[in-house]
Amino acid sequence: MSDNLIEIRDLHFGYGSRPVLQGINLNARRGQVVAIMGNSGCGKTTLFRLIGGALRASRGSLKVDGVELSALDQVGLYALRRRMGVLFQFGALFTDMTVFDNVAFQLREHTDLPEELIRDLVLLKLHAVGLRGAARLMPSELSGGMARRVALARAVALDPMLVMYDEPFAGLDPISLGVIGNIIRRLTDTLGLTSLVVTHDVQESLKIVDYVYFISEGRIEAEGTPDEIRASLQPFVHQFVHGEEDGPVPFHYPAPAIAEDLGVARV
Amino acid sequence: MGVATRFFGLTLMHSGICMRRPQLVFNEIYNAGVLSLIIIIVSGLFVGMVLGLQGYETLQTYGSEEALGILVALSLVRELGPVVAALLFASRAGSAITAEIGLMKATEQIAAMEMMAVDPLARVVAPRFWGAVISMPLLAALFSAMGIFGGYLVGVVLIGVDEGSFWSQMQAAVDVREDVMNGVIKSVVFGVAVTVIALFEGYDAPPTAEGVSRATTRTVVTSSLAILALDFVLTAFMFRGV
Repeated sequence: MSDNLIEIRDLHFGYGSRPVLQGINLNARRGQVVAIMGNSGCGKTTLFRLIGGALRASRGSLKVDGVELSALDQVGLYALRRRMGVLFQFGALFTDMTVFDNVAFQLREHTDLPEELIRDLVLLKLHAVGLRGAARLMPSELSGGMARRVALARAVALDPMLVMYDEPFAGLDPISLGVIGNIIRRLTDTLGLTSLVVTHDVQESLKIVDYVYFISEGRIEAEGTPDEIRASLQPFVHQFVHGEEDGPVPFHYPAPAIAEDLGVARV
Repeated sequence: MGVATRFFGLTLMHSGICMRRPQLVFNEIYNAGVLSLIIIIVSGLFVGMVLGLQGYETLQTYGSEEALGILVALSLVRELGPVVAALLFASRAGSAITAEIGLMKATEQIAAMEMMAVDPLARVVAPRFWGAVISMPLLAALFSAMGIFGGYLVGVVLIGVDEGSFWSQMQAAVDVREDVMNGVIKSVVFGVAVTVIALFEGYDAPPTAEGVSRATTRTVVTSSLAILALDFVLTAFMFRGV
């Protein structure tokens, strides 16, 4: 068994004729929290969807737990997905179900466990995210941070080997931000799973992750441990980590010279 | 049209879950059927009362007001029951189905379900399809029953048409196979059409507020036109020899 749960080699993908990912190489070691970072539109969510099997790569190899995703039919893909958990950006909780039923959803769909056992498992998962007391609430009664935590409990309901988090820190207050970060780290360590975090929140994610990949314009621009990333002098990484306005990622969208646009250019 | 037909086929193929877990269908019968009861009962009553008034006005000209029961019953069982109930069903339950599925898509609930290895066609679409298709003929039957009661209230209780004639002529003239069964067949066909349109529009809606809003409108408009067109076709086949 390989040390890497996810192995990606020379992965290409495009929407129509527009290339999005151009030769991605990436590994996610078992038991680690790996972050994929990059600015908006760089292709990180596309990569996330490719790993989940929601999209098919046009070229290259993508293996999850040694299984080549492109070789799977729908039955095989669904079998693999049962061993994956996904946290969507805004939780994507089922709004017609209580918090309890949301977390119990996969257990009821994929197992024949008796309801008493499902109850205990769900309460344990909710306890792990600090929301056992909210089991009877509806998703509409939860704050953004609470919804994200319920979605996290749901994502790990079947004790998956891999959990993928799509922008888990987006739109959260500082307290919820820290709570979600800590829960991701704690669940990864205690359940022995592998976590893949797609994010552009540098400071929060560098606190909890083991390894970071930076994507820019569909390519891996840099990679390393959080310490290496913080110390990096590579212009793109430096701009990203320090939130600088201008750099390899320009402030201005390509345009003609402003004097030309304003009609004050010298004749 | 081709995509919608394929969607209908896939829905039927994924319907096995409805046999294994009938509770899912019962929940949807509640959502589509039970929650439509008020509008169906009230509308049926008023349509029947109007039929009673208009029918009496016309029939008394020819001195045959005793035939009011036949007029009310045949109008409702053959046409107005299935058609008006289906139009109301499209507006209440069809629009609700489209909006619900469209919003589930917009809020990534459908995508989340797929990532949990649960097929939304089986878990979301098929139970709603069967729940609505089972509800539709029952609602149409209730609409007709309430309409006949409305016609009775106006014709017999208010105007004073002979009660014996009202019921006995109705009983003699309404044929179970020709009239009642054909009405039931119509309502089943309308139920399938409305539900497939509502489900498809929701599933196919762009995941934005505007997309869901347009899909909901399209459901009501397309369903209404489909009901009226199908009614003409079915009537032409069913009653051409009568």
